[in-house]
Amino acid sequence: MKNKNIEHIISLSNDLRWQIGDEFHDNLAEGIYADAAEIVKDAVHKKDQINKLRIDARIDKIITSKTWGFPLMFLILALVLWLTIIGANYPSSMLAGLLLDTLHPALKGLASTIGMPWWLDGFLIDGVYLAVAWVIAVMLPPMAIFFPLFTLLEDFGYLPRVAFNLDHLFKLSGAHGKQALTMSMGFGCNAAGVVATRIIDSPRERLIAIITNNFSLCNGRWPTQILIATIFIGAVVPTAFSGIASLGAVIGIAILGIFFMFLVSWALSKTVLKGEVSTFNLELPPYRPPRFWKTIYTSLIDRTIIVLWRAIVFAAPAGAVIWLISNVYLGDQSIAAWLIHSLDGFGFLLGLNGVILVAYIVAIPANEIVIPTILMLTVLVTGIDGGAGAGVMFELDSVSATGDVLKAGGWTLLTAVNLMLFSLLHNPCSTTIYTIYKETKSLKWTTVASILPVIMGFVVTFLVAQIWRLLI
Amino acid sequence: MEVKPKSACETCPQFNAEGLKKLGVNTSEFDHVIALAGNPNTGKSTVFNALTGLRQHTGNWPGKTVTRAEGAFEYNKEKYKLVDLPGTYSLLSTSEDEEVARNFILFGKPTVTVIVVDASRLERNLNLVLQILEITDRAVLCLNLMDEAERNHIEIDTRSLARDLGIPVVPTSARYNRGIPELIQTISEVAKGTIVCKPHRIKNIPKNIENAVQKLSEEIKKEYPEIPNSRWIAFRLLEGDAHIIELLRTGEFV
Repeated sequence: MKNKNIEHIISLSNDLRWQIGDEFHDNLAEGIYADAAEIVKDAVHKKDQINKLRIDARIDKIITSKTWGFPLMFLILALVLWLTIIGANYPSSMLAGLLLDTLHPALKGLASTIGMPWWLDGFLIDGVYLAVAWVIAVMLPPMAIFFPLFTLLEDFGYLPRVAFNLDHLFKLSGAHGKQALTMSMGFGCNAAGVVATRIIDSPRERLIAIITNNFSLCNGRWPTQILIATIFIGAVVPTAFSGIASLGAVIGIAILGIFFMFLVSWALSKTVLKGEVSTFNLELPPYRPPRFWKTIYTSLIDRTIIVLWRAIVFAAPAGAVIWLISNVYLGDQSIAAWLIHSLDGFGFLLGLNGVILVAYIVAIPANEIVIPTILMLTVLVTGIDGGAGAGVMFELDSVSATGDVLKAGGWTLLTAVNLMLFSLLHNPCSTTIYTIYKETKSLKWTTVASILPVIMGFVVTFLVAQIWRLLI
Repeated sequence: MEVKPKSACETCPQFNAEGLKKLGVNTSEFDHVIALAGNPNTGKSTVFNALTGLRQHTGNWPGKTVTRAEGAFEYNKEKYKLVDLPGTYSLLSTSEDEEVARNFILFGKPTVTVIVVDASRLERNLNLVLQILEITDRAVLCLNLMDEAERNHIEIDTRSLARDLGIPVVPTSARYNRGIPELIQTISEVAKGTIVCKPHRIKNIPKNIENAVQKLSEEIKKEYPEIPNSRWIAFRLLEGDAHIIELLRTGEFV
């Protein structure tokens, strides 16, 4: 009975739809606008609204201008990075001193007093604890600086202007202009960037944004870039310029990432994800003075702590795995050494080495622990004196000591450059992969998003290595 | 003992600061569900934070909130669950964040829908407001960012606005907590039915469409006499919205 009536309603609506024609949607929208205009005419009085709007417009004229838009963008990016790099040094070494130099020996001492077996002590303290301590010491300071700075820019209203500046390039690459926003979020954390793609309406363009988000150098990878650039790139120029050279190298990698993002977006939109570029309105919000302390506080609580917690959760088991593979022996070699030797040949082709590849396999859960893992494994295979024992992650007191270990492990400028490239172009971390799966609900696209960057990383590092070896 | 005479302010129902308890994420057992809707970048998340004491991240760009966030507060012993919806310009399109908002207002059955608008951009914001008023008859207009409107020398006659829209209008500056007590009071009065809304219905549509809508809407009312938004469903049917047709068949939206 009820069903019949409902079918009646539906067929009536079909008939009526035919009668009123296809202008219905436009008529309705016009009606709404006309109503709104009438209401506003009665209720709103503008005295003279030019004042403030003019200032906004004047700032916009510079920030979004053809001449100044891009240079200003790079300048702001450089400033944020510089503040992060310089500012993070001090708290980082303080934390390292506390967690690694003081607390770690104390824990070891405690373990031996209570007679803990060596394997349990190694597994828990050298494996799990050290990985966590490392992540905190290396990650917390840059995050605590980068996120608030980024949030201040966001609150001020700069992000939509970036989207405005880049819109043209996105359109050329067949992607959605709002991808500029999700890309910017990716500079903080790729998982957050992937979630942010929900603002993109068209599924095609959203997939492009999800797949290419990994090309935004995330927070877990900045420290790797900075450290390697400082050791190797800074060393090839006179000391006075080493700071600028290493900063330039890091920014160069970040911009290269943006370039790859456009390239892959373009390639995808020309092949598997073909389609029209959708148009959209992006409001440029008014500039609002950020509420400084509140912003600092909330971005520390909301972003820094949450991202740090995630990193710790993933780093702890990774630390355990690292300790295990360096202490479990197959024949006369540890699993780690065995893996490293078997990957050395492939690593050489890519201008890298087995250690780096093993480190990247182990560090899929958290990019942050790549460098400590590399150091630990280098010491393990070269047998040089510098670390604290097999499977124990460590930090060296100075950047130059770290450089010495790496050079003893056979590193050259090529290894450094290719490590920086590979750090940009490899699979997303496991959290991001999981987030991609949750957002796309598709195994196929999750696989593409995970594998595509690694393949690109292999190709790029291989080419660089071959050309380098030919020329030098 | 000296008895302090109560000042006029203290006897006013709006002065009920101690009646408010921010409950954060504790959303269990509530008496009313309040939805926060509005255009992107009008400060919904800031209003949400001011009401719940939470620190949902806010940012100055459209599209900051892509999922709905939930929080709660208690006011005069009644518990309110607050749902912060993603910002949308309209309920007529199809991106995922807009769908979250639309479905919640339509099917989540909030007791009250608070529509947050940017006071300096009222005309543009009214597009969404008028659509929401077709769906629900319990709504409050939160005229936010009043500080910016004042700086831009924009004056808004809230009374005539409230009369035209048929719902209460509360001016606020959520960033500075201004107007929040009044907003809470108004929400509670609408929730309890002390204030009865007579929401504005879209008028400027051609005669033939209006007739079609009326005809259809009456049929729908016959079938589901208790729903407040038969007109909106008629709009959607005329648009050929497959989702709504599906829901009509299953009867899930009642």
